[in-house]
Amino acid sequence: MTEQSQADTVPASESRSATAAAPRTRSARARFSDGNQRQILGLLGVLVILIAVGSFTTDNFFEVSNLVLLLSQASIIGVLSIGMTFVIISGGIDLSVGAIIALASVWATTGATQEFGLWGMLFTALVVAGVCGLINGVLIAYGGLVSLIVTIAGLASYRGMATLISGGQPQVVRVDGFGAIATTEFLGIPLLVYMFAATVVVGWLLLNRTTFGRHVFAVGGNAEAARLAGIDVRRTRTIVFVLSGLCCAVAAIMLTARTATGASTHGNLYELDAIAAVILGGTLLSGGRGTLIGSILGVVVFTTVNNIFVLNNLSTPIQQIAKGVIIVIAVLLQRRANKESTG
Amino acid sequence: MSTTLLQMRGIVKTFPGVRALDGVDLEVRTGEVHCLLGQNGAGKSTLIKVLAGAQRPDEGTIEWGGNTVSLRSPAAAMKLGIATIYQELDLVDGLSVAENIFLGHEPTTVGFARRAEMRRNARRLLERLGHGEIDPAREVGELSSASKQLVSMARALSLDARLIVMDEPSAVLAHDEISGLFRVIEELTRQGIAIVYISHRLDEIREIGDRITVLKDGRTVAEDLPAAGTPTERVVSLMTGRSMVSAFPERNPVSAPDRQSELLRVAELSRTGEFEDISFTVRGGEIVGIAGLVGSGRSEILQTVYGARKPRDGGVELDGGRLPPGNVRAAVRAGMGLAPEERKSQALVPYESIAHNVSLAALGRYTRLGWVDRTGEQAAAEEVTTALRLQPSDTKQPVRVLSGGNQQKAVVARWLLTDCRVLLLDEPTRGVDVGAKAEIYALVRELADSGVGVLLVSSEIPEVLGLSDRVLVLREGRIVRESPAHEVDEAEVLDLFIEGSAA
Ligand SMILES: Nc1ncnc2c1ncn2[C@@H]1O[C@H](COP(=O)(O)OP(=O)(O)OP(=O)(O)O)[C@@H](O)[C@H]1O
Ligand SMILES: [Mg+2]
Repeated sequence: MTEQSQADTVPASESRSATAAAPRTRSARARFSDGNQRQILGLLGVLVILIAVGSFTTDNFFEVSNLVLLLSQASIIGVLSIGMTFVIISGGIDLSVGAIIALASVWATTGATQEFGLWGMLFTALVVAGVCGLINGVLIAYGGLVSLIVTIAGLASYRGMATLISGGQPQVVRVDGFGAIATTEFLGIPLLVYMFAATVVVGWLLLNRTTFGRHVFAVGGNAEAARLAGIDVRRTRTIVFVLSGLCCAVAAIMLTARTATGASTHGNLYELDAIAAVILGGTLLSGGRGTLIGSILGVVVFTTVNNIFVLNNLSTPIQQIAKGVIIVIAVLLQRRANKESTG
Repeated sequence: MSTTLLQMRGIVKTFPGVRALDGVDLEVRTGEVHCLLGQNGAGKSTLIKVLAGAQRPDEGTIEWGGNTVSLRSPAAAMKLGIATIYQELDLVDGLSVAENIFLGHEPTTVGFARRAEMRRNARRLLERLGHGEIDPAREVGELSSASKQLVSMARALSLDARLIVMDEPSAVLAHDEISGLFRVIEELTRQGIAIVYISHRLDEIREIGDRITVLKDGRTVAEDLPAAGTPTERVVSLMTGRSMVSAFPERNPVSAPDRQSELLRVAELSRTGEFEDISFTVRGGEIVGIAGLVGSGRSEILQTVYGARKPRDGGVELDGGRLPPGNVRAAVRAGMGLAPEERKSQALVPYESIAHNVSLAALGRYTRLGWVDRTGEQAAAEEVTTALRLQPSDTKQPVRVLSGGNQQKAVVARWLLTDCRVLLLDEPTRGVDVGAKAEIYALVRELADSGVGVLLVSSEIPEVLGLSDRVLVLREGRIVRESPAHEVDEAEVLDLFIEGSAA
């Protein structure tokens, strides 16, 4: 420390011990007041209630086959919600994911693509969806357009292209290996669930352990501050949309394999389910704050509700009404938890 | 003889894990300027949020004109006549001056605002403050900080306020604007309105204050001190528990700038309407201060040097290499850093933790192949925040809940962590308490001694003169004087601001 001009200035060492002795240090309780953790605890609570409801109203809720079914149903929206979490934390929104699924699915299953076999189809899905994401990202980040508008345009035109390519007809998957994606199991658990899990792990590490993840939070939380801190805001924004596109590719592969067809009707309205799950998981729609674990719990909550309704033979309209009610209740509960933590 | 207007007793307010107010008493009399003092995080802003009805206290009583009241909402407080001008101004930028003044209590006819009447009344209120020149029809977003503050005050008057609370109003004002503010305050107290005034600048307290209340760690440690008669040392020791006045570190003769090489060269930099023909250099180990009024183009120059704005003419060289104009990333890559003026809009990421905010610009140092070394990052963040005595010491807390001065420390900490070669500091001590200012000065000097070139902008002339080796005096976008800091004094700088001829 530099020599000070005033004799009565306290030396640095003393001032440090003064800090350590500050009377109002935070208690261990403060950890639980963390907004994110509360949100996750809240969702776990909702899940426990749902599971209780499920086991009281049905006989077969806890059967292994049902739980496995539940997980594989959660997988497709789950994968989408990972990309969507990145997009929303960065301050954007991606309404084109359902349409990208359709386009990737159709392009990967044309007669010509199927000639190249399993790997050719996988590669095509990844490239097509990745490029769609890149187009979104470049228009938003470098073109300065609003993500809502760009991805609404994407929603329309990507699905239009899918219809054009397929002629509106479902395309049957003839490559054996591809269909196996949906039927293969390890240790009694479908490959789809492993794919979902792998995407979760990669997404979580990317968001929480890399500089890129940090940049996503910074750009969504305060883009001007990020720019002045020397972060490449435009590149970060672009990559986020490419990631969302790649998640669409994985989802398209899963969906195409499960239905054994590529169709321009695939993934219709999936964007709404993915966004709802992410918001339910506590990610702020305005950006800068959120967790992947929350989004995944959000997806699991929705899927469990569906599952219980199907087991109880309730009709689709009633399912939809319930879904809406659950979204509103969950968000209200979170708001309360949030208020308590911020005063 | 003035009577007690407000009496707060035993106010307690806890946030999860922290007792922000721990039994505060405050008594305010009609027509007085009551100063509220305390270190960063002492609880001043929290107390006035309670008073404004923006936050509910956990315990304590509030008496207003002798009656016990409960301030359930901001509307309830306003109805009683309590108006607040917050630390971070809260006007709606997209609305006009008049609309802002009457927001929430517009004169209406069956739901339609009577706009002409609103403008007329707005003009009358602004005139009452001595600032009839502000056009009620203008959009607030276009106004300067000083004018925005006047709009907030006009809003307070429109609510028939009997008490106006001002949380660090002078922090966003220039030297001459502060005298304007003091005139307005005098006018208001003459009309019988009481003022609660918060500031970290003790000379201001002396100038306009009547009585002082001192807060420390959420408690009232002294009440009813006469503002003019209490010695500075006593106030400081009450606030901090130590006797220390802000001190500038010694200029280091060993790293005397003329022995070091030139680092930054700014040549004939111009931006239309902001500044013209700005040329200067900064050597390694040197602190160059820029003194100038708000609006003289100081911040604009810093931002242009940093590449956040594009110059019309001229260029910037770092270490002999020319920087592409208007490219922040190139400047950062070449080793430049800027701690911007507006912490909220330009620097902080509110929901991120203190540690993440502090490490944001230096993340590359704690990264291998894109992977963040979180232990190293955490340790570095803790070291620098401890040195600045940033509270709370738990760096996992979101930066959003910090007090204003502690947020400012986080902004400065961010740039102390980077290994940049030229550091641009825009108002680095805005809202920081006396003790922590000395820490910031010491760290900046230490950085310079290690060979970094520093360019400093500050509204506080003593700060520019005390910390810098060399000063540039700016007037209306032009440099009117350049000289070693010890060769000029405050009066001379003030003269230069006005005349600009002594060069
Ligand atoms: N919403 C909140 N959640 C948690 N802690 C908070 C919140 N708001 C304030 N605090 C804490 O309360 C304490 C008092 O803060 P306050 O803003 O009142 O300080 P201050 O005296 O105004 O300081 P400054 O001079 O820096 O503005 C600080 O430790 C701060 O971190
Ligand atoms: Mg404050």
